[in-house]
Amino acid sequence: MAISSEEIKHVAKLSKLAFSDDEIVALTDKLGQIIDMVERLEEVDTTGVPVTTNVVHDINVMREDIAEEGTDRNLLMRNVATKEDGYIKVPAMLDNGEAGA
Amino acid sequence: MTELLGKTIKELHELLVAKEITAVELTKATFDRIKATEPEIEAFITLNEEKALEQAAALDEKGIQPEDVLAGIPIGIKDNIVTKDLLTTSASKMLHNFMPIYDATVMEKVYDAGMIPMGKLNMDEFAMGGSSETSYFKQTKNPWDTDRVPGGSSGGSAAAVAAGQVPVSLGSDTGGSIRQPAAFNGIVGMKPTYGRMSRYGLIAFSSSLDQIGPMTRTVEDNALALAALSGWDKKDSTSAQLEVPDFTKGLHDGVKGMRIAVPKEFMGEGIDPKIIAEVEKAIETYRELGAIVEEVSLPHSTYGVEIYYIVASAEASSNLQRFDGIRYGYRAEDVKDIEDLYVRTRSEGFGMEVKRRIMLGTFSLSSGFYDAHFKKAGQVRTLVKQDFDKVFEDYDLIISPTTPTVAYKFGENVDDPITMYMGDLLTIPVNLAGLPGMSIPCGLVDEMPVGLQIIGKPFDEATMYKAAQAFETACEFNQDKPFNLGGGK
Repeated sequence: MAISSEEIKHVAKLSKLAFSDDEIVALTDKLGQIIDMVERLEEVDTTGVPVTTNVVHDINVMREDIAEEGTDRNLLMRNVATKEDGYIKVPAMLDNGEAGA
Repeated sequence: MTELLGKTIKELHELLVAKEITAVELTKATFDRIKATEPEIEAFITLNEEKALEQAAALDEKGIQPEDVLAGIPIGIKDNIVTKDLLTTSASKMLHNFMPIYDATVMEKVYDAGMIPMGKLNMDEFAMGGSSETSYFKQTKNPWDTDRVPGGSSGGSAAAVAAGQVPVSLGSDTGGSIRQPAAFNGIVGMKPTYGRMSRYGLIAFSSSLDQIGPMTRTVEDNALALAALSGWDKKDSTSAQLEVPDFTKGLHDGVKGMRIAVPKEFMGEGIDPKIIAEVEKAIETYRELGAIVEEVSLPHSTYGVEIYYIVASAEASSNLQRFDGIRYGYRAEDVKDIEDLYVRTRSEGFGMEVKRRIMLGTFSLSSGFYDAHFKKAGQVRTLVKQDFDKVFEDYDLIISPTTPTVAYKFGENVDDPITMYMGDLLTIPVNLAGLPGMSIPCGLVDEMPVGLQIIGKPFDEATMYKAAQAFETACEFNQDKPFNLGGGK
């Protein structure tokens, strides 16, 4: 198998996703198939070939350094689920060393 | 008023200018048509009825001038394009309640042109899929056969146009998501050159591949829409600082002397022979019209799917980090701490296909696999692009089938990602190289539409439209209509 269920669990942790045991089994199988497929790229000789990460035609885009009006704060908070005194309210981050963020 | 909805943008414009109909009447007739066909098609997630009627009334008050070619024309919008004060979900539970505070640049252009958005169209969740089956909300049906998928990810955008609900819609295309559903629904779909249209306000899937584009019933309608909705945008640093030509100019000049290439890799293994036969007839038509059509090779394009699933998933895993339940969208309840909030929000808010891609992307970018996956894919991507550059030294256009099969039945591929991914075999290389690609109808197989893909040089959409128009005029495949909507043999 191209990927083990232990590796799947590690990648899930990096991705901030949780899966049931059944889902881990299914993902190990499906992702394994996909990884086997993409590893077909190994047969291509790419010695000295540069990497393409984008197909942008203009490399740099500049503008004058002039301040522009930003977005209204209340408007920015429109889709926030819980707020207090103009701030986003979330569960405590720092009261438990294990929680981490 | 039903007869209005078979009309082209140009015909509707003439009626509006002559005041034979008002914008309000056209808008009302469009919503009547949508409501009559939605139980069968299910293309829309959200309707925009109240605001659309207000916009139409204001337009009637002001009057529609002959130069306002798109004013009053109804348009449908894929639900991954943000619309101010109009629910924008990307077909995900994650954004089931998301009310944007701004308009995508393309929406500003829609309003500037006087076009009237009828609502937001269904799609695969976050545009990840090829059948629109991964939507959290509903299953859009193919108007040609409601047991079949409309394609995807812009399945709602394609079905709405094919079913006569709207004359034009906006889709987005990362690996074929405009062209494949256009092919499956017998309509015209254009993925412009990377950088032709602003992506500001398009909910990002894979930023180096995504482009917005128009979907219409005719080539001319498509050219009109692209011209109005394209152009440089200071809010999108990847948009090109180029003038947008009038794509309708020279549209009817024909293809005499045009040099057209057919890649042999796009006409062989993995493609339904009945589709190849239809495309061979199209090649014959182009020859009869005076074009020179020759076989070429794009050897590295056969690795397109493999490159795509690394590049697109890696970019998606980064882009979708923003969905954490803090600032917008779904948030898990009764969480014990912030980590639990992130993990549960994401695990409950995303569907399985989206999670699969985030996992694959995170894996490809993780240490130990970065060189073998992400870097290798980027190198082979360079070779794909170089193959195209070489062909375009000698040819004006490339043509091929758009899809390996016609639209398939529901449930056939949804649990088999590799088969689903192979459906994009012929469209993915175009995104990898940043080229413009379109699909136009070119025949029927098993009573379902077949798409002909036309690929152009960067920013040469005008030549593509010219060739597409010549074919449409010669063959009139756009006169074929879904059988259950009054069309047929």
